[in-house]
Amino acid sequence: MTDHERYEAVVVGCGPGGAAAAANLARNGVETLVLERGVDAGSKNVSGGLIYAEESAPYTIDGLFPDFREEASERPVTENYIHNVAGDKVKTFDIGDLHHHDTAWADSVLRRRMDSWLARRVHELTRETGGGLLTEVHVTGLLREKGEIVGVTCEELDPIEADIVVAADGVNSELARDAGLMDWEDPDEWFQGVKAVAEMDPDVVDERFDIDEDEGEAHLFSGDLFDGVRGGGFLYTNEASLSIGTVFHLDSIAEERAEPQELLDSLLTHPLMAQWLGDDYHEVEYSAKLVPDSKKAALTAPHQDRLVVVGDAAGQMQAQGPIIKGMNHAVTAGALAAEAFADARSRGDPHRAGEFYEKKLHDEGVMDKLRPTSYRAVGKIGELGPIDGVANAVAESAVGRFGVRAAEGLVERAYNSPTLVSMIPDTKLPYVTLPTILGEELGERVTDENHVQPPELDDRIGDLTYDVGDPHIELVDNSFEASGTAVTACPVSAKDFGGGCYRDEMVQTNGHEEHLVSLDTQPCVECGTCAVVADTDWEHPAGGKGVEFEQG
Amino acid sequence: MHTVVLTKGVPDFREGQVSFDEDGHLERGKTPTVMNPNDKHALRAAFQTRVRNGGHVSLMSMGPPGYQEVLQEGMRDVYADDLYLLSDREMGAADTWATAMTVATGIENLETQPDLVFAGFKTADGETGHTGPQTAYCLDWPMVTHVVSLDIDEEAGLLRAKRLVDGDVTEIETVEAPMPCFVVADPEFEPTYRKASHRLEHKQLREETQERAEDYEDVLTVWDHEDLNLDPDYIGLDGSPTIVAGVDPIPKAPSEREATVVDGDDPSSLEPVLDELTPFAAGD
Repeated sequence: MTDHERYEAVVVGCGPGGAAAAANLARNGVETLVLERGVDAGSKNVSGGLIYAEESAPYTIDGLFPDFREEASERPVTENYIHNVAGDKVKTFDIGDLHHHDTAWADSVLRRRMDSWLARRVHELTRETGGGLLTEVHVTGLLREKGEIVGVTCEELDPIEADIVVAADGVNSELARDAGLMDWEDPDEWFQGVKAVAEMDPDVVDERFDIDEDEGEAHLFSGDLFDGVRGGGFLYTNEASLSIGTVFHLDSIAEERAEPQELLDSLLTHPLMAQWLGDDYHEVEYSAKLVPDSKKAALTAPHQDRLVVVGDAAGQMQAQGPIIKGMNHAVTAGALAAEAFADARSRGDPHRAGEFYEKKLHDEGVMDKLRPTSYRAVGKIGELGPIDGVANAVAESAVGRFGVRAAEGLVERAYNSPTLVSMIPDTKLPYVTLPTILGEELGERVTDENHVQPPELDDRIGDLTYDVGDPHIELVDNSFEASGTAVTACPVSAKDFGGGCYRDEMVQTNGHEEHLVSLDTQPCVECGTCAVVADTDWEHPAGGKGVEFEQG
Repeated sequence: MHTVVLTKGVPDFREGQVSFDEDGHLERGKTPTVMNPNDKHALRAAFQTRVRNGGHVSLMSMGPPGYQEVLQEGMRDVYADDLYLLSDREMGAADTWATAMTVATGIENLETQPDLVFAGFKTADGETGHTGPQTAYCLDWPMVTHVVSLDIDEEAGLLRAKRLVDGDVTEIETVEAPMPCFVVADPEFEPTYRKASHRLEHKQLREETQERAEDYEDVLTVWDHEDLNLDPDYIGLDGSPTIVAGVDPIPKAPSEREATVVDGDDPSSLEPVLDELTPFAAGD
C-alpha cells in the first residue's frame, strides 16, 4: 500500500469551504491537492445566495481572498425586508437590524462566477506548495488502511493518500456518508431550495428597486402563498439579474406532496412581484439544492481519523430566523480545519487535526451559532404537537389577532432579534399562520397586475446544460409507497409530466395492478432530494458529467 | 525523452468551411487549411509522453510557408515545445515517398535525436496512410501502428503499446518495441492520466503551450533543401515516382425520394398527407 500517490492535504470540493481550507493550508505551507468534480468550480453549486461576513467570525472570505468583493460577488445587500402575505394583502417589515446584526458586510453572489474566481486563486496558491487544483475528478469515497481513513478513492484517478482529507463536497457529501457521519434518512433535517435567475439590465435593477449600482436589496416572503407548505421565498438583486427562489422544509414538501417548481411560480406570479419583475421576465436558469438545517444536522464532531468535514457536508447551514447563513460558516470552518492541521503538524502529530478542529469550532463560537442553546431549550418544545396546536389556535383567535394589531412595533422588533429568531420552532406558526395573520390584520392590498408567465418545467430542463453520463442514481425500491414522493418532491419531476426524472405508473402484473415508480437520471440537477424521500442508491455523476450550472 | 510529431496541413473539410465548385472540385483558395485531424491524436500521444515521462516535443511539417499556422494550431490546441517547417519550392508537389525522404532527413538533422516519432493515421486529403510508414522505412526504425494506448519504460528503453489488430476495435494486442521507434496513433487513441501529479502537469503545460503559441515564431525553425543537404532530384515533384494518371470526380448520388413541403399550420394542406397515409394505415 506504499505506492499510492501522496499529498500532505487533499481537499475535496472547491466551493467556499474547500477554497477557504485550501487557501489557509497553502498559506501554512502545506502541500495541498484540491479535487473538484465539476468542469469548473461552481458548475455544480447553487445557493440563494447571500454571503455574509460576520464581525464575530475568525475568518471571512475577503480576508482569505482579497479583492473577493470587487471580483467575485454581485451587489452588497444594503436593505432587507420581510413581506407577510395574506392573499393580495401584504405587511412588510424592515429587518435591517437583524440583517446588520454582527454583519461586517453581506453580498449577493452567483456561484458559477464566484467559485470559478475562487478556484483560480486556489490553484495559484496551492501550486506554490507542490499541489494544485484539478477539475472533473469525482472523489468516490475514503481510502482506508487497516480500517483507518488514510486518503481518498477517485473515479478518474488512482487512490491518493494524505495526512488530512478535507471533505468540502457539499450537502450530498459522499465522504461524510462513507465515514458514517451523515445519512439520507430524515426529511426534517433538510430544506429544499429552488431558484430562478432572471436576466435584468443593471439600469433596470437600479430603477425598479430605487438603488444605486453599489447597493442591493434582499426581500423575503412568507404567509399563505405557498399552500401551507412550511418555508418562504426570497428575492436578491445581482449586478445584472435577480435571484428569486423558495426554500421549504423537506418534510413539509414530502407530506403535502407539493411541487416545488409550482411553489416558486406562486411567488413569481404574486401581485407583489410585479413592481420588480415588470413585463419582461426572462428566466435564464432554474436550479435546486438541498440545504441542511444545522439545528438538527450540524455534526458536533465533524471528523474521523484523518478526515475533517466542512460546510454543507457537515450540516453547517444556519437558518437565523428567515435569514440563511451557510457560506460564511463554510469559510470559517474550512479555514479553521486548515489551522487545526497546521497546529497538529507543528506539534508533530498531524493526525490529531480533527480533534483540534472540533475544539476550534466550539471555542470560536461557530458551533453555538449552528446549534443554538436557545433553540434546544425553547424551539424544540414548540415543535411538540399539542403545544403547536394551542399556539396556532391562540394566534388565529380574536385575542391573538388583537394582540398582533396592538403590538405591531413589537412584532417588527421581535423579527429583528437574533436571540428570538434563533428560538423559532419548525412549525406552521412562524412560517404560515403568523405571517398570514400579519398580512390580514396589518397588510395593505397590492393592486399591481403581475404579467409574469414562468416557463414550463420542460423548458426549464431544456435550458439547462447537461453532459449526460452513466446513470448515477439507482432506484432500490420502485414501489410507489417507498419512492412515490420523489415524483412530486423532485424539482425536475412532476405528476403527469413525462420529461422529468421520476414518474409513476400503474402496471398490470399477473392479474393484479401495481403502482410503480420509474427513474431517468438524464434531467437530474443533483440536488439529492430523492436520496432522502425515496429509496435510492445515490452517487454523484463522474467528473465533468451531469448538469452544468452557468449561474448557480 | 525527445519526441517528434509529424503533421500536414489539409483542407478543412468540415461543413461550412469547405468549398466546392459546380463540377464538385475542391476550391482550395476558398477552403481554409487546418492541421490534419488525425495528427491531433498523434500529438496527444506525444503530449502524454511529455506529461508522464518529461522531455521535449517537436512538431514538424513539410509544406508551404502558410503551414506555420498549422504548426501554431497544434501548439495551441494540444502541445509542442518547438516547431519545424521544411519548406521551399524544390520540395513542392512531392508524393508520399519524396515527402518521407524529406521528413526523415529533417528528423536526422535535429540536434537531439528523438526516441519516438509519432504520425497520425492517414491524412484527410490524400488518405494514403503511406507517409508515416515510408518515413519509418527511411529512418530504418521499428514501427508500431494503430496504437490506442501507450506506456514508456525509459529504464528498459522500451515502449509498451496496445494496438488494434488490422485496425479493428474488436481485437486489441499488446506489443513491446525498442526505442527509438516510430508510432502511428489510431484515431481511437486515448491518453490516460491516472495520477493527480500528471493532471497537474498536464494543466500547467497546456497553459504554457497556449501562451507559447501566441509568439510561435520564437520557437519555429524553417529549413530549406540546402539546410538539409538534399539533392533536388530526389525530392519534390522530381523525386516523386507516383504518376497520377487521372482523377474521376465521384458523381453526386441521385436523390431517391421526392420531398413535398407541408405547412403544418394549415389544416387543409394536411388532407393530401392523410390520403397518402390511409392505405398504409389500412394495411393495404
